[in-house]
Amino acid sequence: MEYGLDLEYSFNEFLKGFGLSSEIAHIIWLPLPMLLVLVAAVVGVLVTVWLERKISAAAQQRIGPEYAGALGVLQPIADGLKLLVKEDIIPAKADGILFTAGPILVLVPVILSWLIVPFGQNLLISNVGIGIFLWIALSSIQPIGLLMSGYASNNKYSLLGGLRAAAQSISYEIPLALSVLAIVLMTNSLSTIEIVNQQSGAGILSWNIWRQPVGFIVFWICALAECERLPFDLPEAEEELVAGYQTEYAGMKFALFYLGSYINLILSALLVSILYLGGWGFPIPVELIAKFLNLPINAPFIQVFTASIGILMTVLKAYLLVFIAILLRWTTPRVRIDQLLDLGWKFLLPISLANLLITAGLKLAFPQFFGG
Amino acid sequence: MSIAITTQFICFTILSLVILIGALGVVLLESIVYSAFLLGGVFMSVAGLYLLLNASFVAAAQVLVYVGAVNVLIIFAIMLVNKKEDLKPINDIKSRRIISTSICLTLLSLLIRVDLTNVWSLSSPENSIGEESTIRIGEHLFSDYLLPFEVASVLLLMAMIGAIVLARRDVMSKDISTGLPVNQELIEKSSEPLLTNKN
Repeated sequence: MEYGLDLEYSFNEFLKGFGLSSEIAHIIWLPLPMLLVLVAAVVGVLVTVWLERKISAAAQQRIGPEYAGALGVLQPIADGLKLLVKEDIIPAKADGILFTAGPILVLVPVILSWLIVPFGQNLLISNVGIGIFLWIALSSIQPIGLLMSGYASNNKYSLLGGLRAAAQSISYEIPLALSVLAIVLMTNSLSTIEIVNQQSGAGILSWNIWRQPVGFIVFWICALAECERLPFDLPEAEEELVAGYQTEYAGMKFALFYLGSYINLILSALLVSILYLGGWGFPIPVELIAKFLNLPINAPFIQVFTASIGILMTVLKAYLLVFIAILLRWTTPRVRIDQLLDLGWKFLLPISLANLLITAGLKLAFPQFFGG
Repeated sequence: MSIAITTQFICFTILSLVILIGALGVVLLESIVYSAFLLGGVFMSVAGLYLLLNASFVAAAQVLVYVGAVNVLIIFAIMLVNKKEDLKPINDIKSRRIISTSICLTLLSLLIRVDLTNVWSLSSPENSIGEESTIRIGEHLFSDYLLPFEVASVLLLMAMIGAIVLARRDVMSKDISTGLPVNQELIEKSSEPLLTNKN
């Protein structure tokens, strides 16, 4: 079932038309999708920051930003510019090298994980075979960066924040990986493309959320905890730890943390929509629409339509989840550290283990519904 | 030389250099925190080597297990303890250094011998399985390598129970070596709810 646009092939053919060899065409092609995704991630962050400001204002019956551009849409750019030109301070007693390396180690794995986010059949940077496992592995690097910046700041609040972040990240990674494993079991593949294709049979009815409701909730809770969003934002709990591991940071280094946390939020939302909400799939299968319009599925119009609908659906689903995350942040209180660890180890871990076991059993009993 | 091979060569050189210098740093640096972070860098570079060998699953597993779990726990332990302790100078430090160096050199010569005697090249490049390796590893873990796999998990369980016994203060109220009562200052608050004691 290989249909859809192959932009790389057409681009290479286009360059070969100018008499370039295929290798050079490939090298020219390589940075383009990466740049595109980087820009998409940063624009996504700007949109999310604006949404966060506006929705939090609505939740607290304020107006929120309104002078910078229409409805304050330029406010996040103003924020970014402010951070860009701020003085970069390294505290005198801090460890300069680790202090600088920390934020980089936090941001880079998050951006690398965008490698596997598909926006359509061929619309992703690299369809690596290990797919979703790459994301799980990369997200486990982040706590090192947090510990590093917590330690290097030479400040007890920072150290506590870093330790909390690492503990939280380790605890919630396990139920997260187990609920992903249940999906992988149903798909027979780790590739994100396969995971979406497996859900594309009957539109909204074949989405994984109906087959994995428990996994969906566990994954969402764990994803929020990994992003350190409010019900679980203990590492930077303002009232107890000033700002956790970010306390001593200013300017661009602080902006790296900020970017990292928002890119991570969008990435988590995208992955939830890929794993459980059918990815780029339209609620009604595109094949049905094509049949209704009496057009072959390979018609150029249908292909462009499918690709744009795919991108639109992925972004729409992801931003719906971002909206829920923002709403959760401004309406729920913070949990305590012991409650957080209890929830992770004593509740989510057994539930996700049972979910995996039941999924395996259902797969054997009803192979046509749960992937043979 | 095609572009792909050149890229591979450059990557291999950089990764090997990082591994060698990083590993030396882990052993020779005075600061234990730097050593721990450098160890993470070495693990990452080894994962990079696996990636160069087309073993992407092994590379990801290396990152997940060694960087994400082992190294984070090492750093975590170093920072949680974070004790200012004046270490006593050891009298026979020279002989100890000589013994440890000779042991390391013996191990190195063993590795070199393995490297020289083993036949590394595949009979043909088509025999490499690449992306399919994930499935093959799974098949092996559940058939002929089942027993070592399960024994390793039992070992980990034992280590975990041991760690819990050592860490729980109601289990171990006295220091094992000195017999003095242990003052276990927790960085985080105890897990009891804060309000129950006030009533």
